[in-house]
Amino acid sequence: MMRRVLSTTAAFAVAALLTGAAPASAQEGHGGPIPGRVGWSFAGTFGRFDTAQLQRGFQVYKEVCSACHSMKLVAFRNLAQDGGPDFSAAQVKALAATYQVKDGPNDAGEMFERPGRPADAFPPPFPNDQAAAAANGGKAPPDFSVIAKARTFSRGSLYFLTDWLPLIGYSEQGPDYIHALINGYEEAPKDFSVPDGGHYNKYYPGHIIAMPPPITDGQVTYAKNDAGQPVVPETVDQYGKDVAAFLMWTAEPHMMDRKALGFRVILFLIILSGLLYYVKKKVWADVGGEVHGLQPELHKAF
Amino acid sequence: MATTSATAPGSRDGSSQDGSRRDFLFLATGAGLAVGAASVTWPFVASMAPDADTIAAGAPIDVDLTPIQDGQIVNVFWRGKLIFVRKLTGKEVTDMQAVPLSAMIDPAAFPTRVKNGHDQWLIVYGNCTHLGCVPIGHQGNFEGWACPCHGSQFDAVGRVRHGPAPINLPIPPYAFETDTKIRIGEGGKEAA
Amino acid sequence: MSGTASTYVPKSRVAKWFEARLPIAGLVHSSFIAYPVPRNLNYFWTFGAILAAFLGIQIVTGVWLAMHYEPSATGAFNSVEKIMRDVNYGWLLRYAHANGASMFFVAVYVHMFRALYYGSYKAPREVLYILGVIIYLLMMATAFLGYTLPWGQMSFWGATVITNILAAIPVVGDTIQTLLWGGYSVGNPTVNRFFSLHYLLPWMIAGVVVLHVWALHVTGQNNPAGIPIKSGKDAVPFTPYATVKDVFATCVFMILFSWFLFFQPNYLGHADNYIAANPAVTPAHIVPEWYFLPFYAILRAVPSKLGGVILMFSAVIILAFAPWLDWSRVRSCNYRPIYRQFFWVFIGATFLLGWLGSQPPEGGYVIASQICTAYYFAHFLLVMPLCGLFETPKALPASILESVTGPGKQVSGSGMPAGAAAAPTTKG
Repeated sequence: MMRRVLSTTAAFAVAALLTGAAPASAQEGHGGPIPGRVGWSFAGTFGRFDTAQLQRGFQVYKEVCSACHSMKLVAFRNLAQDGGPDFSAAQVKALAATYQVKDGPNDAGEMFERPGRPADAFPPPFPNDQAAAAANGGKAPPDFSVIAKARTFSRGSLYFLTDWLPLIGYSEQGPDYIHALINGYEEAPKDFSVPDGGHYNKYYPGHIIAMPPPITDGQVTYAKNDAGQPVVPETVDQYGKDVAAFLMWTAEPHMMDRKALGFRVILFLIILSGLLYYVKKKVWADVGGEVHGLQPELHKAF
Repeated sequence: MATTSATAPGSRDGSSQDGSRRDFLFLATGAGLAVGAASVTWPFVASMAPDADTIAAGAPIDVDLTPIQDGQIVNVFWRGKLIFVRKLTGKEVTDMQAVPLSAMIDPAAFPTRVKNGHDQWLIVYGNCTHLGCVPIGHQGNFEGWACPCHGSQFDAVGRVRHGPAPINLPIPPYAFETDTKIRIGEGGKEAA
Repeated sequence: MSGTASTYVPKSRVAKWFEARLPIAGLVHSSFIAYPVPRNLNYFWTFGAILAAFLGIQIVTGVWLAMHYEPSATGAFNSVEKIMRDVNYGWLLRYAHANGASMFFVAVYVHMFRALYYGSYKAPREVLYILGVIIYLLMMATAFLGYTLPWGQMSFWGATVITNILAAIPVVGDTIQTLLWGGYSVGNPTVNRFFSLHYLLPWMIAGVVVLHVWALHVTGQNNPAGIPIKSGKDAVPFTPYATVKDVFATCVFMILFSWFLFFQPNYLGHADNYIAANPAVTPAHIVPEWYFLPFYAILRAVPSKLGGVILMFSAVIILAFAPWLDWSRVRSCNYRPIYRQFFWVFIGATFLLGWLGSQPPEGGYVIASQICTAYYFAHFLLVMPLCGLFETPKALPASILESVTGPGKQVSGSGMPAGAAAAPTTKG
């Protein structure tokens, strides 16, 4: 039976390849080159966020992206929670106080502004979506809270067969796309007309993106190490990696907890399954042994 | 279900050494199932506790005292709880200082109800200590509050003077920032 | 709940007193302890228990999520994100519920595969089988309603597309659609009532599951040989033999579930659903959840709105007619050499339909969908009855025991206590 299942599956995989895989290539589906894979510290079964990288990514967000992109679901306090950029509570309090937050109404019925508190969410750069759209050529810049989970791309129509597997799986399409997009600006090909207010980006679906190149080499100055040397290069490529990692954290702030708990749960279940297998074997020994469907005699015709 | 029943055939087994190994296997598996089941319940219980947002929202609040007149009671909310801010009149202060402890259900001297040097200001939680209704101000026989639900009465500094409420209205953590501004949520053990 | 008379004898006085007034212990005993199970069941028969476990997981995680969820067009997306971010273990509950739904369907598809392969739909199990089809329909409705609740882009546009399907119904379609929406488009009233219905349907599933189990215990289980229990030696008591096997198989299945839950929690979902619903922008590739893909491919195989809708619903409803479409006297495909080949083609066509459903509806994909759809229906309407008429099945084993051991061999152990298997023997 098992052999038959396997051979049938294989036959249909081949049939699927023949009937449709060719026209469904990523070129057609996504309209551009496939974003490259970055060696993220948080990928894989034991992946962990790189605290220093998240702090740099936050710096890029704060100094560059936040001028247009809101992050409404993330609060200042989140920056101090476990498994994140790991700022201290005092740093977060000081940071929050540098923002003005709208509050109210007060006793006179009026809205007022006050310094931010750790419990406040990041104040958006525009009061509402309409204002954001009006200030940005008609299209509101997307919110960044969960954007790393909201973006993906297709590498071809059969990768779904392997992308979920341990070791060879792939689930970092979101940050890879963000990193690629930031680095994807280039001259439009000659036969490609770019409308006013649009910009050519080879990774953006359709290639015409409203956002101008958001950042340039050296625009953000990172903290130096003790010897006064830069820790990482101040390039668009590095900014892209750092901010993509930061956005992965904002989208999935409990990722490290999740993976750590998952490892323990699966280990526990494997051990328990092993014990249960022997319990079952012992129990069934009383009636002449187990039956599991793989025994050839079950499929013999008498 | 499975563990208890799975253990049953063990006793039928012949050799005692084999039997004890088998018993150990059944016991270990049963223990594993029990530990697993117990662990699964924890996230469900934990998820019912106040979430991170609710906890963080309990930040201290500032209350400006300047607009409050003598004898006025102002409602403010902190952590979703009602708090009375009351400016006592001179007569009320004198009256309250004169009440003998023996006349109280939950004896508390006047200085324990207000901050030192701010005799005029009473800050108390606004829910009756009986079953949580909101007592109505300037009612009852003690210059304070009367609860509409079950008839408890409190005096001008929130001390219970008539049952069924068992204890005085509790005082939230607060501190005077200046003479005209208090911060509720700081200055006590409950500070966030 | 069983055709078998209970052999349960209460021991203590309290138990006797209670049993005389409500014989629930006897019911449980006859259904889950003394109930005779064919001894040749393979692991495909553990999926009933796995499904029961997932119904439980979905209901419990769902009830807990409902404590934090806010069913409104403005609040739904943010409340789900609040669960993911701020609620203690909220991410665990939500990912368990989302991936649990997918695992529920994995298990139900294996369960349905088993029923079709081993002929479990054939007499006397028609009612048992149709109750299963009803559960499957309810599961699909529940899953669809649940997927709209996070109110992301896929939720919103999935709700729009599916409710527009109903508008294809002649005469009353528009009215039904408006009643479902509670407005002139998918909006706040829609998400509110979908939440209500999403909370209701699982309890209906649980009710039909009770009937399903009841029917099962009247007819007894089918088995890989497809022949009835003839003597006590053909069967073993449910507990401990089937229970321990079920618990083991469930535990193994939980490893797969945990892998998705903890390491690939968004693999089976869609990235677009992390964008809040926006009635002005439709996502570039709108596809349903993976478990609906074969039916989605059938819907798109026909270039007519009403035709596609009729075909799609027929694809599910036709399952319920299998007991009368299959004219073979032999149940199990193990003994049906010709039909077995067709059956695998059917499984292949269904998988291919699933894959085609995820591809854009153009060119070769549509043609391939049409071919597979044609086979899907031909399998039920032509292959099933004709194979039954013309196929020469292999000789069946004399008994279940013999199918396990081979002819003439003996096994140790007694199997069922004498007489316990009486009822299913006569009926199978």
